[in-house]
Amino acid sequence: MKWNVDTELQPCRQEPVPGDHCCPVALDKQDEGVAGLAEAGGGSGDSGEHRSEAGVSAVTRAASVAAALAPVKTVVSSPIAMKICFFHLMPYRFLPDDFEQRYRSVWVDVPHHLHDPEKTRGLYHEFLDELEFAETQGFDGLCVNEHHNNAYGLMPSPNLMAAALTRRTSQAAIVVLGNSLAAYNPPLRVAEEFAMLDLLSDGRLVAGFPVGTSMDMNFAYGINPATLRDRYYEAHDLVMQAWTRPEVFSFNGKYTQIRYANIWPQPLQKPHPPVWIPGGGSVETWEWTAKLDYVYCYLSYFGYKRGKATMDGFWEASARVGADDNPFRAGFLQLVCVSETDAQAEREYFPHVHYFYQKCLNVWEGFAEAPGYRTVKTVQSGTRAQVGAAARRVRQSLDWGQYLDQGYVIAGSPATVRQQLTECIKTLRVGHLMVLLQIGSMPKELALKNTELFAQEVMPHVRDLWPGYKDRWWPSGARNGSA
Amino acid sequence: MPDDRTVEIRGGAVTFRVLAAGRGAPLVYFHSYHERSAWSPFLDLLARSFSVYAPSHPGVTGSTGIETLDDLLDLTLAYDEFLQALGLERAHLVGHAFGGMMAAEIAAVFPARAGSLTLISPLGLWRDDAPSADVLILPSDELAPALWHDPASGVARQWATLPVSDQESLAAEVESIQRRSSMAKFAWPIPDKGLKKRLHRIGAPTLLLWGDADRANPLVYADEWQRRVKGAALRLLPGGHMVLHETPESAARAIVEFIGA
Repeated sequence: MKWNVDTELQPCRQEPVPGDHCCPVALDKQDEGVAGLAEAGGGSGDSGEHRSEAGVSAVTRAASVAAALAPVKTVVSSPIAMKICFFHLMPYRFLPDDFEQRYRSVWVDVPHHLHDPEKTRGLYHEFLDELEFAETQGFDGLCVNEHHNNAYGLMPSPNLMAAALTRRTSQAAIVVLGNSLAAYNPPLRVAEEFAMLDLLSDGRLVAGFPVGTSMDMNFAYGINPATLRDRYYEAHDLVMQAWTRPEVFSFNGKYTQIRYANIWPQPLQKPHPPVWIPGGGSVETWEWTAKLDYVYCYLSYFGYKRGKATMDGFWEASARVGADDNPFRAGFLQLVCVSETDAQAEREYFPHVHYFYQKCLNVWEGFAEAPGYRTVKTVQSGTRAQVGAAARRVRQSLDWGQYLDQGYVIAGSPATVRQQLTECIKTLRVGHLMVLLQIGSMPKELALKNTELFAQEVMPHVRDLWPGYKDRWWPSGARNGSA
Repeated sequence: MPDDRTVEIRGGAVTFRVLAAGRGAPLVYFHSYHERSAWSPFLDLLARSFSVYAPSHPGVTGSTGIETLDDLLDLTLAYDEFLQALGLERAHLVGHAFGGMMAAEIAAVFPARAGSLTLISPLGLWRDDAPSADVLILPSDELAPALWHDPASGVARQWATLPVSDQESLAAEVESIQRRSSMAKFAWPIPDKGLKKRLHRIGAPTLLLWGDADRANPLVYADEWQRRVKGAALRLLPGGHMVLHETPESAARAIVEFIGA
């Protein structure tokens, strides 16, 4: 069987989703009954082409104009609940077989003679095809992220990939997780580029603000670990002010001084695109995120069983600062492999999963964490780095059964995956699930198979989790999920 | 036992834990961040000839206020105020590694503070062709051979020994991270923070002490320092980067001779 996005699209169902082409005000007017009719697999059937003015039906356009002119009403959210996003790391999948024996690290000082630009040229198009295919399969969001000096994340600028996605997708949220604020000088650059992406995507942007890993920030970009967080917080304040203050303002920061802060353009979504904070388990980030009413995302490579302590920590921190327990406050990344049977899943996916854990996470201990990257409070809380010697010892010589038993990967037949994924979502209390379906060295055909099987055999069965909760962190221009 | 006290500056915003012992002309010793203890046999030997003061850097156990110090200039000013608070108009300044860089900063920015300057394998300069070891991040099994000429020697093994109990081990990890992150604040990612622009201001007689087998901060830097600090003398001792702990008698004697000369 051939999996080709261009020629073998599944037929799309055509029910228009009210509000999906219109402004935030119109979206707010959606009522349960109407939104509830929307189906999975959405899109207008013309995936692969950017939505044109002509592609928006006159009725929808008229309705949205009318809605925009009508007074804003607060309406109970639709019953469409769980959001499921397709996450791509864009790994280099041609590392030599003996990579982890010969080279100490996949990150920071991985020699770039291992990188063949001719292969990478093809890779970017494969990866974008995979992301675009995910939209046609009904995924709610497409996630990209930022890494530097890294052979498993060929995305130093996720904004470039997000921009490419805006042209050939029209429904899914564009979830950039994110821009590491402290690395941008001035950080206004992030406010500007995210505003551009929000406009390009018609209000489908999720703005992710990670502190950034130590490898990326302290080693690849040379930022002082002692002041990284302080820089990050200050940069965040500047970006949010640039998006929300109505006047030209001055910003006299410790790290950035701007006499005339005044970004053009401003984002489409008001007051600003939803903000998600990818974190790695630092105590301060939990409380800060909850206080500011953002989404906390744990981008773990070690699965839902190990992720529970971190997510519990976030929920406890949320409660401490008086936030409610709305599952949409949380996001979680899980590796998933679906095949026809459990046995076939092992045959098809094990080499690629193994490539990911043994090669892609092979980080030299010295780079795992610059001194001062974790605060003393976090060190004392016992949260460990995801990479480095300790993590490597845990990973070494894992077999398929162990990857599964420990929950690193949820894999198997659709029935197996459905059951475990439900457990993952419920135990972590996650409203925004992100799944990694292209893993390690997985070639495009297999990635597309995994994506389609997941979308058709698994996704519909976890859709109705968390009814009754309102997702206040979903971009107003994106398809509001499906029922 | 050295006298152990706290010296406050700026109304307590920055405090220095300082160990002091001995009699004679004042000598202030600036630690490297790899010393796990605030006092050492080397300092005992110096205390036979001098009044030795050994402050812990802000951020290292007992000294506080690093969060109020943004960069190396802030730290240099804090040490100037520290010397004032101790009533030391002028002292012999001695420093090892980062401490050597610190002593040189003080001697360059406040030339009148330095009666003499002894730099033991100081950081602070950079050569692309001979980078000093990335001592802030080396895992313990790679750090020991970088610092010690003979990692199997008694003093090196004693230095490398960590507690076994989980609780003490966590405390040691926290202490180690605090120590290294304090240095990182002033020296990340490369310890060249502009000292070379200021070295010409140093007027005090200067001695460079180096272990001849220094793997952390190679000998080419001794040449670099000699080239940039007019009249600086170089004394090589058998040993590694931690030469002052490997051969404390020779190191202390070299300093006493230099200052007495």
